Amino acid sequence: MVSPIIEIDGLSYTYPGAKKQSLSNVTLSIDKGAFVTLTGPSGCGKTTLCRCLNGLIPHFYGGKIKGDVVVSNLNVRDHAISELAQQVGFVFQNPENQLFALSVEREIVFGLENLALPPDEIRERLEWALKTIGIENLRERSPYEISGGQQQRVAIASVLAMKPEILILDEPTSSLDPLAAKNLFQVISKLNKTLGLTIILVEHRLDLLSTLTDRVIIMDGGILRIEGNPREVFSSKSVKLMGIGIPKIVRLYQELESQPEKLLFSIEDFVGYLKRI
Amino acid sequence: MIKVENVSFTYPSGVNALKNVSIEISNGEFVAIMGENGAGKTTLVKQFNGLLKPGEGDVYVDGRNTRDLSVAELSKDVGLVFQNADHQLFCETVEDEIAFGLRNFGFSNRVNKKRVKWALTLLNLQEYRKTSPFMLSGGERKRVALASVLAWKPRVTILDEPTVGQDQSQKERLLQFVRQLNTQGNTVILVTHDLEFVAECDPRVVLMSHGRIVADGPAKKILTNPKLIKKTSLILPQITQLFFRLADLGFPKDVISIYEAKELINDFVARRS
Amino acid sequence: MKAFEGLRFKRTSSFIHQLDPRVKFVLSCVVFILAIMFTELLPLTILLSVQLPLVYLAHVHKEWLSSLRSSLILATMIFLTNVIVGYMSSEFQLTSSVLTYSSSMTLRFVTLVASFSIFFLTTSPDDLGLALEQSHFPYEFAFAFTTAVRFVPVLANEAQMIIDAQKSRGLELEKGNFLKRIRNYLPILIPLIVNAIRRSLELAEAMESRAFGAKEHRTNLFALKIKMNDVLVLIVTLAILAFSIYIRLYVKIPIVEIPTF
Repeated sequence: MVSPIIEIDGLSYTYPGAKKQSLSNVTLSIDKGAFVTLTGPSGCGKTTLCRCLNGLIPHFYGGKIKGDVVVSNLNVRDHAISELAQQVGFVFQNPENQLFALSVEREIVFGLENLALPPDEIRERLEWALKTIGIENLRERSPYEISGGQQQRVAIASVLAMKPEILILDEPTSSLDPLAAKNLFQVISKLNKTLGLTIILVEHRLDLLSTLTDRVIIMDGGILRIEGNPREVFSSKSVKLMGIGIPKIVRLYQELESQPEKLLFSIEDFVGYLKRI
Repeated sequence: MIKVENVSFTYPSGVNALKNVSIEISNGEFVAIMGENGAGKTTLVKQFNGLLKPGEGDVYVDGRNTRDLSVAELSKDVGLVFQNADHQLFCETVEDEIAFGLRNFGFSNRVNKKRVKWALTLLNLQEYRKTSPFMLSGGERKRVALASVLAWKPRVTILDEPTVGQDQSQKERLLQFVRQLNTQGNTVILVTHDLEFVAECDPRVVLMSHGRIVADGPAKKILTNPKLIKKTSLILPQITQLFFRLADLGFPKDVISIYEAKELINDFVARRS
Repeated sequence: MKAFEGLRFKRTSSFIHQLDPRVKFVLSCVVFILAIMFTELLPLTILLSVQLPLVYLAHVHKEWLSSLRSSLILATMIFLTNVIVGYMSSEFQLTSSVLTYSSSMTLRFVTLVASFSIFFLTTSPDDLGLALEQSHFPYEFAFAFTTAVRFVPVLANEAQMIIDAQKSRGLELEKGNFLKRIRNYLPILIPLIVNAIRRSLELAEAMESRAFGAKEHRTNLFALKIKMNDVLVLIVTLAILAFSIYIRLYVKIPIVEIPTF
């Protein structure tokens, strides 16, 4: 039995000054070690939900919050962001605005220094994070000298060094070219598989993700609409109506005249099916 | 319409962004300029409206050398819509924002009014006429930015990374819109690395890498060439990946569109059963 | 944007780069004091030329020259102002002493630019931040400083993008009379400010998420330590200062005059 690491119960949230709720009555539990993809149209509340998980909501944003969010047995409401940061790492959309130091090394130790860890441990974690993400060669570079893909890796490493159990990534590939995006997904998947890190990835590019993730959650209008394993979710009729970017392979399956009963979900599925008939 | 002859360009920082580039784009064409980040795509299109002037070589717009004209003169014909709408929005209302360009180009008040109304309708922004652009969502702001350029009816419209940060339904609407613009005779140039988007509009693809044009031809030919794709940090469209695997069943390899794929597979299934 | 280049740190490793920023700062201050102490051409020329070996040692001659070049306009203005004022106060005669005095003033300015340019070119802003911290400035202050330096190129880049976007919408910055020209900058300033605010919010969010301000006393992995070389340079610098004070007080400096034509 895998125990849930995130438990959200009846969560509603309104930003200060806003009239409309950004989240309404979200209930969700996420297992330790899961790779969750969170998606939905712009403005559906994905980012807001993520902010609730590391305490940016309510501690940084304020606003009206109802319901409970418990992460690694900590109720988010009762713990400071800095405390939660050791459980939940947050990687933001724009790499430029989350790197403040002038070298990669100093970027990675920033959080650890803030936690006032002993220097030896910081050094050890620095080396570990550089190695795990495979950016040892960037050590001395400054963030504005490296490519967007590399910047996002540095951002991941700097969060990873704080040894969180959960990693949240909010559209980390939106400004990357396709190959860089694909490679970044590989890095994330590796963290999930080898370290058992729980991943929550907000993304539009489902084409590249459908075979890596094991759970897809779709939000719309602040409400949790559909969730399940990617096969279930992409074969559901309502997904099509919501204008989610379902993988082209799945769309191709849906367009076929005589659909085989079982959803053809990956390239492998298609090849297998066409070879069989 | 646009003619680039042996153009090289180096930024003051020393980055050699274009190396002996030549290309011609005719009136009414639909072109996607693709390539990895830093390949020189944006540098190239900035030559089209004179924001950058060639270091060596010449760029002609409608037969006029861009060296002899100001950005404003060129922009009247070549509208460039930047990736980030927040880099241009500054007015109190959407209406003013759209009128900004028109006023700069010296259109009469009467024409201004007409064009603003036309652009608002075109991009489905009527209800926001009096709203501040800063109050709108990201997708809506992008539409305002687009409307503010289309309002003066440039003959060439360049869209720099229009799909970045857009969700699927926004992309679909954009796709429709771009197609419509092109069928009305407008020359449309997309700068993008969103190959799934390009696979759906099937334009002429100009592939760039490290400041050079490495390929130029129909999307179907370029996007299905693994060598070129690899060279430019792209990946094969998903449909193409599938058809590469299906080659030994007698399928063609150069398929990018979902509709063509559907036909081919339907035929195959019908023949087999 | 180019004006910043002379101040932008160049990451290489050299004897000068490895010196403690505090020592380098003392060195620059000493040059500053000396430049104020002397008004004669000869010592100022010496002061400027002793910096050349440092520039050479640090391999920053290109950047150094470019920052001198960008100070040229200001230097010319200083020279002309002094000449004009001197010319008017010496009954409209261009005397040799006016020329000499104006040249010294200009040389003084160039010397200052030269020395601080060496300082900024060879000191990583990170180290500078550390130096601030270890000189008992509050951490927030040091952090604000390094972040500001980090974002100078980003903001410069953003400003350029905004200018490009507005020019593409037909904005002509150089058009119209003085007032109109100022108004022309509104479409650039507003997006720049709005984006800067948005950026700072995102930054704050990212900082919070990385436990900024979690503990009262944070660890500093990269503490600055005074090394042997630093001590040596410091001793030499102070010796030069003492020697110069002695010269100023007790030695008569030979006057080099610029002849009039």
